[in-house]
Amino acid sequence: MAFLTSDLIDAAALSRDVGASHHGAITTFIGSVRDTHNGRAVVRLTYTAYHAMAELECAAIVREAESRWPVRAALQHRVGDLQIGDAAVAIAIGAGLRDEGFAACRWVIEAVKRRVPIWKQEFYADGTDAWVDPVTL
Amino acid sequence: MTHHRVLLFARYAELLGAGEVAVELSHDATAADCIAALRTLPGGDLLPSHPVLVRNHAIVTGAVVLDPSDELALLPPLAGG
Repeated sequence: MAFLTSDLIDAAALSRDVGASHHGAITTFIGSVRDTHNGRAVVRLTYTAYHAMAELECAAIVREAESRWPVRAALQHRVGDLQIGDAAVAIAIGAGLRDEGFAACRWVIEAVKRRVPIWKQEFYADGTDAWVDPVTL
Repeated sequence: MTHHRVLLFARYAELLGAGEVAVELSHDATAADCIAALRTLPGGDLLPSHPVLVRNHAIVTGAVVLDPSDELALLPPLAGG
């Protein structure tokens, strides 16, 4: 399964991918598209990516999570045009216990934000648009 | 002189008006030389002072010597997740 997809993310499928008989905890995170940003009304957004590098970086993040904790990790990130409420990113962690599951899930989303070359362009209700610069968040 | 292609994304692609540009560099050119050449292109003067250049999917510092076979890309601040 590719880490980047222009289709709707199936978070349930990600959870199934990391399930195992010895996993007592499946931890998930879904980042979804908000209708406001810094007080501005958002109507939709577009994610673009440096696909080749993003796929490699996502694979590295999964490998690193699975080496840091005794877990199985899966993630997908949307690209293309998204509507309000769409899942932009989903992470699933299968773990023996919840503590390591929550820790790994939090680590993966922060690593995705910090390392994966993806960019977000927001389109506002007033007809304008802007590239979101995380430095200004 | 050697020919290098540089991939551009998001805001930087808008600034330079293309998703990919070409620059001519000296045989032993560095990453810093590449960024300096990008600044001479139309819109390149609007790039930040220290943009991130990646070579073959890894960030490089200014002193690294480039090869024409390298895949180069200039990355704006990331905003995924």
